Amino acid sequence: MRTKMIATSAAVLALGLTAACGGGGDSSGATSATGPIKIWMSNNPEEITWAKAMVKEWNAAHPQEKVTAQEIPAGKTSEEVIGAAITAGNAPCLVFNTSPAAVPQFQKQGGLVPLDDFDGATKYIEDRSGDSAEQYKSPDGKYYQIPWKQNPVMIFYNKDLFKKAGVDPENPPLATYDDFLATSKKIVDSGAAPNAIAPAPSSEFFQSWFDFYPLYAAQSGGKQTVEDGKATFDDTAGKDVWDFWATMYKDGYAPKEAYNGDAFADKKAAMAVVGPWAIAVYKDAVNWGVVPVPTKDGMDAGQVHTFTDAKNVSVYSACKNQKTAWDVLKFATSKEQDGKLLETTGQMPIRKDLPTTYADYFAQHPEYKMFADQASRTVEVPNVPNSVQIWQEIRDNYSSSVIFGKNSVDDGLSTAADKATELAGQS
Amino acid sequence: MTTTTQAPVRGAAEPGPGGRRRWTEKVLGRQPLGILFAAPYAVFLVAIFAYPLVLAVWISFHDYFFAAPGAQVDRPFVGLDNYRAVLGDPDVQRSFLNVAEFLVINVPLTVVLSLVLATALNAAVRARTFLRVSYYVPYVTASVSLVAVWLFLFSKDGLVNQLLGPLAPNPSWLVNEALAMPVIALFVTWKQLGFYILLYLAALQNVSKDLYEAASVDGAGRLASFRNVTVPGVRPATTLVVILATITGANLFTEPYLLTNGGGPDGASASPVFVMYQKGIEQGNPDTASAIGVVLVICVLLISLVNRKLLERD
Repeated sequence: MRTKMIATSAAVLALGLTAACGGGGDSSGATSATGPIKIWMSNNPEEITWAKAMVKEWNAAHPQEKVTAQEIPAGKTSEEVIGAAITAGNAPCLVFNTSPAAVPQFQKQGGLVPLDDFDGATKYIEDRSGDSAEQYKSPDGKYYQIPWKQNPVMIFYNKDLFKKAGVDPENPPLATYDDFLATSKKIVDSGAAPNAIAPAPSSEFFQSWFDFYPLYAAQSGGKQTVEDGKATFDDTAGKDVWDFWATMYKDGYAPKEAYNGDAFADKKAAMAVVGPWAIAVYKDAVNWGVVPVPTKDGMDAGQVHTFTDAKNVSVYSACKNQKTAWDVLKFATSKEQDGKLLETTGQMPIRKDLPTTYADYFAQHPEYKMFADQASRTVEVPNVPNSVQIWQEIRDNYSSSVIFGKNSVDDGLSTAADKATELAGQS
Repeated sequence: MTTTTQAPVRGAAEPGPGGRRRWTEKVLGRQPLGILFAAPYAVFLVAIFAYPLVLAVWISFHDYFFAAPGAQVDRPFVGLDNYRAVLGDPDVQRSFLNVAEFLVINVPLTVVLSLVLATALNAAVRARTFLRVSYYVPYVTASVSLVAVWLFLFSKDGLVNQLLGPLAPNPSWLVNEALAMPVIALFVTWKQLGFYILLYLAALQNVSKDLYEAASVDGAGRLASFRNVTVPGVRPATTLVVILATITGANLFTEPYLLTNGGGPDGASASPVFVMYQKGIEQGNPDTASAIGVVLVICVLLISLVNRKLLERD
């Protein structure tokens, strides 16, 4: 019996090790192959409408290179689903919802095709997106993603609640940290809303993109959190931003507990950190206004930077017909399709000269103009190794120092920055 | 003098032709057909439990990350590096302490409540089925929907705080470092109670009524009967409940993920499995995540062994 158990255990061990050591196969990209392809897109209803129309148009003109589109399969996050698909070898050719923060990881997995492998791709990307494209280059100097569309983050506010709190709803004092705090105090003290603003106080790595990072981009004049392999945010600008949010939490203007629902729509918060998608979402629910994110001493609106909240498109290495994938990608990011995307979703294509390229649209939809102006001053997450891990370190230290006030801001900043520098230097 | 002759058991060490057991019998046993019947479950066990466990151990000793099929990647052997990294990581250390706190509250509470309620249910004459179903409903209901109810109860403006008024804790339950894990432990105890009550109910059917009668004759009241008859009578079930509650509790994930917004406040309710999820799935480091998993398996095995030794003592 004992012998049998040992033999069975050895067999299981051998099976495990064989599989663990396994892998291999042909990874050579079929960058010149054409034929049918599959694409995934976000489950946002407006984006689905756009994607269906785009695919229909493509398929009508290219019957031999038919595109089949579907929503990204359900999962906790798109990135987890895409990562699993890369590992399983069944990723689609294109995903129209690739998060820039996940690109370093997908690239390390061998899941992405460098777009530079396609003729004229580098020029196409840089001509379309201008200087912004540089932020999306990987450390090896190649593009593994095409900058597609962004949702520049700004401050939405509820004019009715501001009026109730005795704050001028047309020109609210929100430009400086002192103004923002004073306005917040009026909102909470007057009972207009229980919270001035309610950024998610939860621990997900990406939550810092909607509280710390937009304000840091603004205060620092457009710095990323890691530049030249070193963390930047343990500086005066970083300290100013963390101190500001720490005061918001300490004085009770922002809740430490997540609200189960949409605090802004439910009037539990008078302000929200949002992108242009919010215009369609809140148009019937809230009488809203929009301003740039605050800076310590105030800044001209035309100089304020913010976070992109971009979603991009990559060609995945499991794709057999990569030439078709690249052609579809160019078609989907053409001037005409970008215009249709803007019209259908209100999200901003990452194109240089956006306000002038689609001047007619912005003339007809002035509410989007401010976001379009802001779109030229956006900062992306740094494209560095261990990107998600770095953001989790930032989030954990921010939670401890800013939201719950357990550690000092100085300690939190230096711990997060040291760790970020260490992680960015690893492969 | 009387002698008895025992008939030889057929097949037991029965010599085969030539006085030696046939090799097939040695390898396949006396009933080869039995292997066929057992094979599907054995294959299931190997594929679903044994293989991933072995793979996780292998991964934990390598610099491993998930890669596309065909991608040329280097996954060198790194010895105990991953174990050193996770054992020295304050977040991991804290998650083990958190889950220890959880188990200290959850396991005894589960044993006591399920035994008491099972005994009460066993004695109940009216509405017994209704009560059994009522206790079982939370167990079969998805955690996600139950968490929504508990958020309604324990959030800052929730029902519990409204009832408590000025006595409500500040910070509120789910963002209070001292209270977040106890609330989770209470939630899991309540949710799992129906299952353990069923185990105890089954065990109670095997406790002889004669023992209760004898205790009664000796003058024992209800409490003394419970202590001296019921508790020892269901001891094997208690061992099972403790071990199952420990294993289930050590795998805590959904509740810190949903009830306290990802192990909050500030990591006070992060469990080892939650940290594994962050590192393995979100951050693409399955090697360190596997090391945490292996450490967790070893801890659970040790705790279960100790529990068994303590509970099965005479």
